[in-house]
Amino acid sequence: MNSPAQQGHHIVKAFSEELEQLSASVATMGGLAESMISDAIDAIITRDSDLALDVAERDKRIDALQHDVERQIIRLLALRQPLAWDLRVCIAALKISADLERVGDLAKNIARRTRALNEAEPLPLTKSVERMGRLVQRHLHEVLDAYVSGEIAGAVGVWERDDDVDEHYNALFRELLTCMAGDSRLIGPGTHLLFIAKNLERVGDHATNIAELVHYAVTGSELTAERPKGTPLESGAS
Amino acid sequence: MADSAAPAHTAKTVYHSVANTHPVKVAASGVEVFYADKQALHGINLDIQDRSVTAFIGPSGCGKSTFLRCINRMNDTIDTARVAGSIRIDDEEINDRAVDPVLLRARVGMVFQKPNPFPKSIYDNVAYGPRIHGLASGKDELDAIVETSLKKAGLWDEVADRLDQPGNSLSGGQQQRLVIARAIAVNPEVILMDEPCSALDPIATARIEELIDELRENYCLIIVTHSMAQAARVSQMTAFFHLGHLVEYGPTEEIFTNPRDRRTQDYITGRFG
Amino acid sequence: MGAIALAIAFLGVLLGTIVLQASGAFTNYVLTLPVTLEREIADPRGDMSEASLRRGSYNQLIQRSLQSEFPAASSRADLRELFGLYSGLNAASVMHRVIADPSLVGSTIDVTMPANHEIDLYLKGVTVEESITAGSGTIQAGAISGDITLSSDSPAFANAIARIRQQASSERDALLGRAARLEADAAGAASRDAREAGLAAARRAREEAARFDTVIDPETRITLGPRTASLLIRLNGGVVAVSALTPDGREAEGRVLLPLESAEASASWSEWVIETPAAARRITDQQAVYARALEERGMVERRFNTNLFLNADSREPELAGVMGAFIGSVLTMLVTMLLAVPIGVGTAIYLEEFAPKNRLTGFIEVNINNLAAVPSIVFGLLGLAVFINTFGMPRSAPLVGGFVLALMTLPTVIISSRAALRAVPPSIREAALGIGASRTQAVFQHVLPLAMPGILTGSIIGLAQALGETAPLLMIGMVAFVADAPSLGLSGLTQPSTVMPVQVFLWSGASERAFEMRTAAAILVLLTLMIIFNAAAIILRRRFERRW
Repeated sequence: MNSPAQQGHHIVKAFSEELEQLSASVATMGGLAESMISDAIDAIITRDSDLALDVAERDKRIDALQHDVERQIIRLLALRQPLAWDLRVCIAALKISADLERVGDLAKNIARRTRALNEAEPLPLTKSVERMGRLVQRHLHEVLDAYVSGEIAGAVGVWERDDDVDEHYNALFRELLTCMAGDSRLIGPGTHLLFIAKNLERVGDHATNIAELVHYAVTGSELTAERPKGTPLESGAS
Repeated sequence: MADSAAPAHTAKTVYHSVANTHPVKVAASGVEVFYADKQALHGINLDIQDRSVTAFIGPSGCGKSTFLRCINRMNDTIDTARVAGSIRIDDEEINDRAVDPVLLRARVGMVFQKPNPFPKSIYDNVAYGPRIHGLASGKDELDAIVETSLKKAGLWDEVADRLDQPGNSLSGGQQQRLVIARAIAVNPEVILMDEPCSALDPIATARIEELIDELRENYCLIIVTHSMAQAARVSQMTAFFHLGHLVEYGPTEEIFTNPRDRRTQDYITGRFG
Repeated sequence: MGAIALAIAFLGVLLGTIVLQASGAFTNYVLTLPVTLEREIADPRGDMSEASLRRGSYNQLIQRSLQSEFPAASSRADLRELFGLYSGLNAASVMHRVIADPSLVGSTIDVTMPANHEIDLYLKGVTVEESITAGSGTIQAGAISGDITLSSDSPAFANAIARIRQQASSERDALLGRAARLEADAAGAASRDAREAGLAAARRAREEAARFDTVIDPETRITLGPRTASLLIRLNGGVVAVSALTPDGREAEGRVLLPLESAEASASWSEWVIETPAAARRITDQQAVYARALEERGMVERRFNTNLFLNADSREPELAGVMGAFIGSVLTMLVTMLLAVPIGVGTAIYLEEFAPKNRLTGFIEVNINNLAAVPSIVFGLLGLAVFINTFGMPRSAPLVGGFVLALMTLPTVIISSRAALRAVPPSIREAALGIGASRTQAVFQHVLPLAMPGILTGSIIGLAQALGETAPLLMIGMVAFVADAPSLGLSGLTQPSTVMPVQVFLWSGASERAFEMRTAAAILVLLTLMIIFNAAAIILRRRFERRW
């Protein structure tokens, strides 16, 4: 996000270093959140309760990382008084870290439900959940790439494709309802699966949020409802 | 990154869209200043709103003080300085030969970097301007002007009982407010401030900033500052100067959150230009 | 530290020497005589008109009064010595008194006048060494006046003889030693001429030494002359100058200088030895006796020397004073100040505050700086050529002196004033201009008051320098002897006068010994003036600075 080649070094070197450190922390968080989502989906498919347990455990680390990021940002605001780009980067990092922390929570929730699912018979709909999960995971991956590289095209792409996730969710919702209506024994695991799908949908929302924040941090303007291709300024660049 | 493509060197100024809340007080177009053979300002076009604070920022030697001094023709006092272009205050061209710079300076007050009260009493400091411009017809009127000016400058309560003491006996911040009172006393329309707080502690600075904010109600204020934070705190509009060019001009909020020009960005975030 | 201590030590020595030298000049011996202003002498035409009074022979009146003190003095030689006790110039002051108050004619007035400078120096004990010791034994004078013989039945004069012989032998030894040294030098001399000259000098020294032989030989009569000490015997209220003594010390021949009251034998007498030989001093035995007699009668006393401060220059040291030079200095400084300060300060203000920086002002600046380095005598030449020769201004006048010194002081005033103006922070100018003061208002209402202490200090130091300047004034004739102080007013500007440092210069070249101490005294007066000037500079500076 704060790559020196693009933004130039601060005259006060420590400032640049701290911003880089902040970006690295957020990226680490992002990586962790992404791996949690990925592993949680794997756990559903492979019915791996240990993996699910591991995912739930990792949530503590992501919480700790978020605290660390917050601390860094408070420190930066207090000591460096960032302006313009730097200010936007800080604010974006603060919000992204909150989003990622939520993503972590959702992954943990998915993992818990996976363990509950594993006690029941496998459901036929896990494939659909997997597809939705992979899509969400890809979105998350793309926005995090965009965050790290500063290339807003990826972020804008994710933001524009947020509807895909919603569509997947709606489809899955209907399938699950049909399933559960057909077989009342499936209501328990089906509900779990429904919540998992809902959680994934919310992860998708967070990814969209992050995409907006990346866009704001890089361009200084908000992604508007009309979904423009970007401000005139960056149009020449991306 | 995306905006890194902003051309690094351009003479074209970035103008942000400005909500026209106040009429234009000072309108500069094509202002160029030369010191001997060296060009200090290149074609400055700038409209400054009345009843607002406009901050000029930029690295040392960027021409912001030079431009400030164009507005009350203080550059006239430098033998080698030559000013070209047009500056209009209320649609009146001030670079016109017919305009007496002495009278202009009564309309356009100036506050300097270092508090520079005259080595006279507090009263005489404030009364000097009205005296030479004949603004008061008697002692009572002069007393009234002095009191109002000191009150407007927020200094009255501190000095009311010692108006006969020397101006230099005040603290730095009080001196600067005295100087502002002195400027106000001649009833100017525009007040120019050249780094008014650079020699003051944070408390005194805060007082001056509060004063600037109050004065905004009645005057057009233009302030040159090296403190980004101060520009951000006191001004509504900010102009960024660089190497004698006006690089970017727009609402302060936008300049400090989302500057359009790479050079502005580098300057306010403290990067190598 | 060491250098400062050394400097202070030298300053101390310098001041100490001058003060020590000058101390004698601040007092003098004055002679107070009751002078009867006899009508026919004071008023020769008898009409009491001023013209008549001016023709009066007042010196004759003083002489009569003095003569009446010493009725025994009747020969021309005696009278000449008697009247040498004072300067005839003092008669003028008596005349002025009489003209001022003609009713004095016919009455007797006390006339106080300074004693002749040689008498003054003698009484101060500066030029002559003498001692008075009580005599032992009884001596008998042969008569009370004229050439007399003093005899005694005991060797009453043995003491005196011993002293005279001792002095004579030590002088003879010194002369012989000198002769021996000269001979030795001559033997080793390079040229024949030098050798012969050395030998001749040695021979003269030996001849001179031989003259003391008769004094030293215990068998012969001792004859006292101008090259020996004088022996005076005070006896019975009179004084006898001894010219010869018998070797047994029982008899002396001599001349009465002050008549004895009686010829009785007396045991209470004293020996008065004037050790400086008559040839080596400028007063005679007789004058010494008159002076001491007058002192004893209370007619000669030591007073504060008002002449030194109230009189102008004079050929007679006892009448010479610094008043003329002081007034000259005041007038000259006045002209210098009125010219140099306004022009200099004005120039400084113009150059520093108003003048455009171009080649012309640059040229002027360089030349002003160069002028400051021009030797002062060159300004004197300039004054001579321009003011006196071209403009025909009077010579020796304070006006021309002031012009010349103003020219000399101008660069100093300009440079120091510019420095003072430049030291005023530019923020003050900006402050004034910033609220709409014009350039002139900014300079005269703000910059100049702040620069005032510096300008004053510079100006006063420049004037002090001018006050001490001699060289340029020599060129325009202010080195002349001026016996009348110029009047302290406009008319004085064109009257011939001199100034303090020139007065010092003049006195230092005068031959009379009494001028030596007066030179030192004049230096002290000049130094005091300088200190007053500099103190004024400091006080003015403080005064103005206190007004922030």
